[in-house]
Amino acid sequence: MMKLLRRIFPHPHLTVLLTLVWLLLANKPSLNSLVFGLLLGIVIPFITQPYWPDRPKLRNWPMIVEYMLVVLWDIVLANIAVARIILFKRDAARQPTFISIPLELRTPEAITVLAGTITMTPGTVSCDLSAQGHKLLVHCLDAPNPDEVRDEIKHRYERRLKEIFE
Amino acid sequence: MTSILELLIAFFLIISGIFGFVGSFGMIKLKDPMSRLHAPTKATTLGVGGVLLASIAHSILLEGKLSLHELLITLFLFLTAPITALFIAKWHIHRHEKPSDLPDAGEDELWATHAVEQVEDVPDHSTN
Repeated sequence: MMKLLRRIFPHPHLTVLLTLVWLLLANKPSLNSLVFGLLLGIVIPFITQPYWPDRPKLRNWPMIVEYMLVVLWDIVLANIAVARIILFKRDAARQPTFISIPLELRTPEAITVLAGTITMTPGTVSCDLSAQGHKLLVHCLDAPNPDEVRDEIKHRYERRLKEIFE
Repeated sequence: MTSILELLIAFFLIISGIFGFVGSFGMIKLKDPMSRLHAPTKATTLGVGGVLLASIAHSILLEGKLSLHELLITLFLFLTAPITALFIAKWHIHRHEKPSDLPDAGEDELWATHAVEQVEDVPDHSTN
């Protein structure tokens, strides 16, 4: 029974997400759009299943909420910090640099989220992954102290993602 | 009462205008291509976010109906902005950075962009 359910709903989270997105697209709640959204939510994960065989396990739901709030707050701070660098710092005084971050995360989904988060937050853009996925290459807009940036990313984001995904 | 609400909405619009401007200005001011990448990925998120907040506030407070379309735009923006940035960064590494210029990749020896075989038939623009 469980096996059959898993075959029909390969990614239950994706099903819920797609239904929600469809409801938001319709922009007013009605039974009509709920049914059609559910239909899409069932069909799309089912036909894309071959391309996404693994099932990411989400373990810690309160942590997901915490992570989203932390990231949203950091995005606001990131905007202000970057705006300040652009407006008030002389271009020659900036110290742009590449740093590498050793990864403890192994799940592809977790690394994707981490890379995305790094791009959206203060002064850092994730640029590349090492050949076997053990390190992340990050570009800093202004990093007088690269080690500090690395430690903060590891402590602030990677630790939380590890609790969510692994 | 309405004027206070309008002030709030105007506040969000101004915030978004400022950050949108700073993001575009950064494209001119920052000199190296990798640093330029920072301006559009970040400063504009709050730029667009401000307009969306203003739009939600307007539909709820003034028109009296709930409209959450805007949340979707935020969601799509958060999904696409890092990917675009990653593509541009990878292009830059592919064309302009040698493995020796980048930090050590550790046990994996090379960064993923350099690990794929270099295609030779792409015209070389790195000199100009």
